[in-house]
Amino acid sequence: MNQSLKKLNYSLLLEGARIIDPFNNLDEELDVLIEDCRIKDIGNIRSLSKTTQKIDLNGKWLCPSLIDMHVHLREPGEEYKETILTGTKAAAAGGFGAVCCMPNTNPVNDNPSVTRFIIEKAEKEGFCKVYPIAAITKGQKGESLTEFGDLKEAGAIALSDDGHPVSNANVMRVALEYALGFDMLIISHAEELELSKEGCMNEGPVSTMLGLKGIPSAAEEVAIYRDIRLCAFTGARLHIAHVSTKESVNIIREAKRQGIKVTAETAPHYFSLTHEAVIGYNTNAKMNPPLRSKEDVDAIIEGLRDGTIDVIATDHAPHSELEKDLEFPLAANGIIGLETSIPLSLELVRKGHLTPLELIAKLSLNPYKILNLHPSSLSVGEIANFVIIDPDLEFKVSKENLYSKSYNSPFLGKTLKGRAIVTVCDSFVTFDLLNLL
Amino acid sequence: MTTFMHRHILSINQLSVQDIDFILDTADSLKEILERPIKKVPTLRGRTVVHLFFEPSTRTKLSFELAAKRLSADTVSVSASTSSVVKGETLIDTAKNIEAMKPDIVVMRHFCSGAPHLIASRIQASVINAGDGMNEHPTQALLDLMSVKEKKGGFKDLKVVIVGDIKHSRVAHSDILAFSKMGAKVTVCGPATLIPKDVESLGSKVELNIDKALDKADVIIALRIQKERQGKVLIPSIREYALRYGINERRVRLASKDVLIMHPGPINRGVEMTPDVADATNSIILEQVTNGVAIRMALLMLLLSAEQDQ
Ligand SMILES: [Zn+2]
Repeated sequence: MNQSLKKLNYSLLLEGARIIDPFNNLDEELDVLIEDCRIKDIGNIRSLSKTTQKIDLNGKWLCPSLIDMHVHLREPGEEYKETILTGTKAAAAGGFGAVCCMPNTNPVNDNPSVTRFIIEKAEKEGFCKVYPIAAITKGQKGESLTEFGDLKEAGAIALSDDGHPVSNANVMRVALEYALGFDMLIISHAEELELSKEGCMNEGPVSTMLGLKGIPSAAEEVAIYRDIRLCAFTGARLHIAHVSTKESVNIIREAKRQGIKVTAETAPHYFSLTHEAVIGYNTNAKMNPPLRSKEDVDAIIEGLRDGTIDVIATDHAPHSELEKDLEFPLAANGIIGLETSIPLSLELVRKGHLTPLELIAKLSLNPYKILNLHPSSLSVGEIANFVIIDPDLEFKVSKENLYSKSYNSPFLGKTLKGRAIVTVCDSFVTFDLLNLL
Repeated sequence: MTTFMHRHILSINQLSVQDIDFILDTADSLKEILERPIKKVPTLRGRTVVHLFFEPSTRTKLSFELAAKRLSADTVSVSASTSSVVKGETLIDTAKNIEAMKPDIVVMRHFCSGAPHLIASRIQASVINAGDGMNEHPTQALLDLMSVKEKKGGFKDLKVVIVGDIKHSRVAHSDILAFSKMGAKVTVCGPATLIPKDVESLGSKVELNIDKALDKADVIIALRIQKERQGKVLIPSIREYALRYGINERRVRLASKDVLIMHPGPINRGVEMTPDVADATNSIILEQVTNGVAIRMALLMLLLSAEQDQ
């Protein structure tokens, strides 16, 4: 953690917040006393020393540390889009205490020196914890495996060729099998390239209307099915990244019913927007997998409701104007997401799709569990790790307001509701929007 | 007095039925100029039209240039090979450079769908879409409308059948929008691999059987098949295409007696249609070319007069 950050090494009472803590299955209005960087007490706290600072958190949510298990920090290699510093600042501003960064940097994170570089840089400069995800194959070329053992030892938390699918089914089989020996999670960017080739948006009425080459939903579904069968066959742990279609949800639901060790994530844009966001050739609505139809959006929400989709992760993918201010087919895929995740996800609670506890579980408990991480929770004696969310606070998404170095967001110019106002990571105050602390 | 209030011509979607009627009427009156011994009027003297072509084109470019010259506008041509695109300049930069030359109208063709829309949002000049990727070719659709209207008097309930590579054709896209907007009933036909998904949402029916598609057709528009596509998954061979989907005399007889035969050109004779069909008396392929100049003259004039009104 960045050592220039303020520490909660004093006595602080967080008064009357709604504690939403899936680790302890708690949703209750309580006070939390912090002393010397740790949680001293939780409950209805009366007796206090005179020096205790009090903050009234009525109407606010107090939640354990959130994690975004799918981000692109762009460092090393594309520091003009984002750095470990700016990316983790954006994470802290978005309410996250931790992120997992994908290996498609330059050089690719396919060897321990890159993994260590990221970890060391994050330890020195970071505004949140950074858990690197290393590549499955060398150079993400889909040919030969990286050294899983060395990568794990260097600090890699999981393996993925995200950005590029592992096209060769046998390479995927071997990766899943080899990962067993290290108990490492394989994260699949599921895409059948021969089907998606040259496509730049979801194939359907909108692609036809705009005359853009489409990506069929089947390109994702056949790839997910392949990887799930390989997961079942090898007995490995598989996590499906950025699920975007109705049939993908159905395939995963059925696999879970069969007891296959598969988990899944989706990104806020897949339950907030449809392919109609592309109309006008909006390159900030271009990502891979692409935005889908209303029917798909409804199915994603249903998958979140019934637990088929375990995790909300943003696929935060910063790009500059060089990649985005272009003809639509030539523009890069990806949008930033760290700072819009909470308001978009809160919409699921506002619309009654999820309870607050279910939502926070998808942003904390579930991803931590999938990654075999054990963060300090909101329990007495633990080091302070939490986020305070004001579910009603509105803010405008603008170039100026974003902490990310890039602003490639389809929500640019929009007013969203609900955001983190304080983020504390390992007792460091990483974000304090209203200068409360 | 003008009722034309558009700054750009990017898509048929943006035009109302009244707009289209107005464009067709204007083109019709301008067509008379093309019959004169001295085919030039001073209407656009001192105005500059830039032809910005990022994709090879002979016919469309020639037609636009001729239209501008007939109206006495100054014209400049920038094509992909001479422009700095090859040097890695972005489209936005190219546009800004062209903007600095203070043109009144930019006529643009680009291999990317949506490219003219991007330019139109960034420059002061009017932009005419002369074909963008597999999206639209609105001036072609307008000249097709004009050609049909001349022969049929109107569009109400006409059965218009478009045959060929619908999926990759911007002409098909604009024609579907234009003819259905004007009250015709559009059917598309071709190998299923060349029919775009959910094309019905644009306003056309799909009929994969060519004989059924042509039944009582009032207008047949055959589209060019890109020979490069053969053997590349989508169609097995040009030979099979010609046999199964080519317009021949037998198939024309399935259509209504006074059916019009159209093609945006250039024709692959013996592929999209047999030579006898292309040259038959009901073929209006060459009228389409003449009307193309008239339509483009009309658009240049209307855009500049709309601009003056603002
Ligand atoms: Zn991915």
